[in-house]
Amino acid sequence: MMIEVNNVTKVYGNRKAVDNISFSVDSGEIVGFLGPNGAGKSSTMKMITGFMPPTSGTIKIAGYDIIEDSIKAKKHIGYLPEVPPLYLDMTVEAYLAFVCELKEVPNDKKKSTVDKVINEVGLKDVRKRIIKNLSKGYKQRVGLAQAIIGDPDVLVLDEPTVGLDPKQIKEIRDIIKELGKKHTIILSTHILPEVSMICDRVIIINKGKIVAVDSTENLTDTIGKSKRYFLKVIGSVEKISTTLKGINGIKNFKSKTDSKENCIDVDVETDVDHDLRKEIFFSFAKQNLAIIEFRPVNYSLEEVFLQLTTDEEVNDNENADNIQKGA
Amino acid sequence: MKMLTIYKRELKSYFLSPLAYVLVGFLLLISGYFFATFVLSTQYALMSPVFGNMVFVFMFVSPILTMRLISEEMKNGTDQLLMTSPLRITDMVLGKYFAALTVYTLSLVISLIYPLYLKIYSKPDFGPILTGYIGTFLMGAAFIAIGIFASSLTENQLIAGVIGFSILLLFWIISWLGDVFQGTAKNIVDNISLLQRFNNFQNGVLSLNDVVFYLSVIIFFVFVTIMVVDKRRWS
Ligand SMILES: Nc1ncnc2c1ncn2[C@@H]1O[C@H](COP(=O)(O)OP(=O)(O)O)[C@@H](O)[C@H]1O
Ligand SMILES: [Mg+2]
Repeated sequence: MMIEVNNVTKVYGNRKAVDNISFSVDSGEIVGFLGPNGAGKSSTMKMITGFMPPTSGTIKIAGYDIIEDSIKAKKHIGYLPEVPPLYLDMTVEAYLAFVCELKEVPNDKKKSTVDKVINEVGLKDVRKRIIKNLSKGYKQRVGLAQAIIGDPDVLVLDEPTVGLDPKQIKEIRDIIKELGKKHTIILSTHILPEVSMICDRVIIINKGKIVAVDSTENLTDTIGKSKRYFLKVIGSVEKISTTLKGINGIKNFKSKTDSKENCIDVDVETDVDHDLRKEIFFSFAKQNLAIIEFRPVNYSLEEVFLQLTTDEEVNDNENADNIQKGA
Repeated sequence: MKMLTIYKRELKSYFLSPLAYVLVGFLLLISGYFFATFVLSTQYALMSPVFGNMVFVFMFVSPILTMRLISEEMKNGTDQLLMTSPLRITDMVLGKYFAALTVYTLSLVISLIYPLYLKIYSKPDFGPILTGYIGTFLMGAAFIAIGIFASSLTENQLIAGVIGFSILLLFWIISWLGDVFQGTAKNIVDNISLLQRFNNFQNGVLSLNDVVFYLSVIIFFVFVTIMVVDKRRWS
């Protein structure tokens, strides 16, 4: 086990940010730590890296207790906090050389280590630039470079793609996937697709508690069982209901009058195997129902929580109030 | 030695910004002006008034020199790099302390041109000059320790500067109280007064007692700084 988290709780003042969580990460795994803002991801990562101690519970990194054996444990950790910890007045090179000394890279290996990480995260063009003047994407890369200096076994990355533009996000994700071949990685995110793109396994946390631990495939399966669309239709609720019930493969739908625009909002859930968009369109047209908006809907994190916890926590009857079961 | 790593980065950072140059320059400018006017007007080959002047100016300069030492790390989140690296807090605080002390010492070294000047044009008594320098160094070293302590209290460097200056001012006021009180009260006040003891150095008196006092103040504030940095993580 590379990371072992046992019954860890973190209390700020009288607010419980992390509530008695336990999990472990095996050597070589890439684990996603998924949860909405305020779920307790950053707090957990700050405890894993030894930045702050837990209120109660224990954490072991590569077998060393992060509090009792902190210096030994910290030698195995590379950490990219939410905001990369950069000295803005230094050049990229000088900064990375400084980190080498902090991480106890032997003096004669310092230069080659800096060159190596600069190559790995693509900083060649800016190595002599002052960090203050770099773009956000490059700053994030310097943050990643800093984390991998000294070849730590464990990389802890806190929302590594947050605040970047789509091109930068893709680049950082590719770098992380590459790093995953040699390191154990735990990365936090509040973006669902990010997890399926990068991680082998996902730990879902909400309000300080672990909601689910699953392989990424299972998670995508759970979500991938149906497709969802949102429609705006001019017509009546009854007519829409009967029309949808007449289409094969519709699993669920829910309609609501939008009095402002004088139309009906419809959420439709269909089988994943069939693309029913064409059929929906023509059936509605036949019934003189005018579709004025039609778009696919992605699952929000909250809905994923709902789905993942349906068996234990969410009562089907409660749901029946607002979801009419389709035919 | 991790302390050296921190020390080197901190010292570089001082000289990467105009801060160190401006502060050292300011200190030398004021003391140089004071030196010139005093020596020229009195024709005495004496340094003691210059030491008093330097210490007074450093009371204003030292909070600016030290205020960002720890607060800026908290503000920029670089403390997250330091505290998750295999580094002891003691090494971190000492490295920073010695970096600030080096900048101060640099201005003292440059100010050696004043006694050199005296030596060229007259026969100064080097005893009081030497003790004066020791006293000025120890006094400044104590100011810096107080400043780094203030910097550990908040991530706002301006507030850290104000706190640091307030503590120094408090010590200054305590020294004035020495003249107000009498008997035991005066004894106590004089004993904890940074200024009273400084007069001894200025007057050419070097006593172990005074040196130990300054060292205790320095060690006390550096130690409390280490405690503050460590304890904050537990809150
Ligand atoms: N230093 C702190 N002091 C007080 N409350 C905090 C502090 N840091 C985080 N919190 C609170 O703890 C909860 C979890 O925060 P955090 O771990 O940052 O979540 P996440 O990273 O998942 O967004 C939030 O409600 C947040 O407001
Ligand atoms: Mg966070």
